[in-house]
Amino acid sequence: MARITASVYTSHVPAIGAALDLGKSGEPYWKKVFSGYEFSKQWLRDNTPDVIFLVYNDHANAFSLEMIPTFAIGCAAEFAIADEGWGPRPVPVVKGHPELAAHIAQSVIQDDFDLTIVNRMPVDHGLTVPLSLMCGQPAAWPCPVIPFAVNVVQYPVPSGRRCFNLGRAIRKAAASYDQPLKVQIWGTGGMSHQLQGPRAGLINREFDNAFLDRLIADPAGLAQMPHIDYVREAGSEGIELVMWLIARGAMSDNPPRVAHRFYHVPASNTAVGHLILENT
Amino acid sequence: MALDKPYQDVPGTTIFDAEQSRLGYHLNQFCMSLMKAENRARFKANERAYLDEWPMSEEQKQAVMARDLNWCIRLGGNIYFLAKIGATDGKSFQQMAGSMTGMTEEEYRDMMIAGGRSVEGNRVVGEDGNAQAHRQPQGKSQQKAGA
Repeated sequence: MARITASVYTSHVPAIGAALDLGKSGEPYWKKVFSGYEFSKQWLRDNTPDVIFLVYNDHANAFSLEMIPTFAIGCAAEFAIADEGWGPRPVPVVKGHPELAAHIAQSVIQDDFDLTIVNRMPVDHGLTVPLSLMCGQPAAWPCPVIPFAVNVVQYPVPSGRRCFNLGRAIRKAAASYDQPLKVQIWGTGGMSHQLQGPRAGLINREFDNAFLDRLIADPAGLAQMPHIDYVREAGSEGIELVMWLIARGAMSDNPPRVAHRFYHVPASNTAVGHLILENT
Repeated sequence: MALDKPYQDVPGTTIFDAEQSRLGYHLNQFCMSLMKAENRARFKANERAYLDEWPMSEEQKQAVMARDLNWCIRLGGNIYFLAKIGATDGKSFQQMAGSMTGMTEEEYRDMMIAGGRSVEGNRVVGEDGNAQAHRQPQGKSQQKAGA
């Protein structure tokens, strides 16, 4: 069986990718952000999984308004890096794991989650910035990655409860895979931020830290929080945090070990939050 | 029966729901077209002519040419799509977000470094926070801030 060993949570701010790609990571502004990931890079080197199941959202790059899948699982062998309008990030191509992805799709759909199966999907900063934060600038990513895109751009987005239960279905799917793979699941996006309107720039430290506390200790309760609370308290784009509940739902029911926790304001318009939880 | 939209009383915020998406379909698809370098070049060479190739409303075209992102959003634009216009103009996400507040680039950047905009007074329409309609525009930028 495949086993989910740990989960990683992180914001995926595009400016972080740009800072790294343009060689600005040593500047004081960015140093504070990257300092929170020094532990994480070593941790990933020490705990490299066979596959990363990476939950993120597309930002009008792979998906326009022609098609808006709520949950899209990348089943291809390879995923190109999207050109978001500034040119594609200079990062390695993302190798998939088609066998495990197809297995999870089969199992999760039979568990009543209607995934969209995608074989051609350029991946944007939502997926590549977390990889950069956790791996630095390698010539190739350390393992295959299954991209799992969630619609959090057009309302209504999936509820926290549905995301949490989807995570449980992914956990069950992994357990029935016949190869003994170590799998990490990453939940990305957030934390508090708003990119639009006169309320742009909203940050809510209190909300974010309470979210981290509850994600660790009371994820099922946290999953009951309605959308409007995210919008009001964490900004219109803070809704991305529902994706963290997919990763958390895929963890064991036992209390996790908190390997690392980091929080910093700001990176561009956004609060940066980061957690590593290990299954015990 | 009307749909429940509890997010309509959040100040300074437009939620991109199915209704906004319907209004903004062609505006947003025009933005997507700017992901291709040749389209960016054609748009920059003659904005009006390029926009006229799209079945957008006249007001949507005016909002794009004015680079008034609040106006674009009212007409159904979504920030992730509108960001393609910013990329065409060589603007960062922070510059784009800041442009919607009435602040200068420096004022907005300083606000973020100081911890960002507080949620206090900015949760519900009718409070007195700095994102409320009666306190716009917020900074010294000469740009139109919209409402």
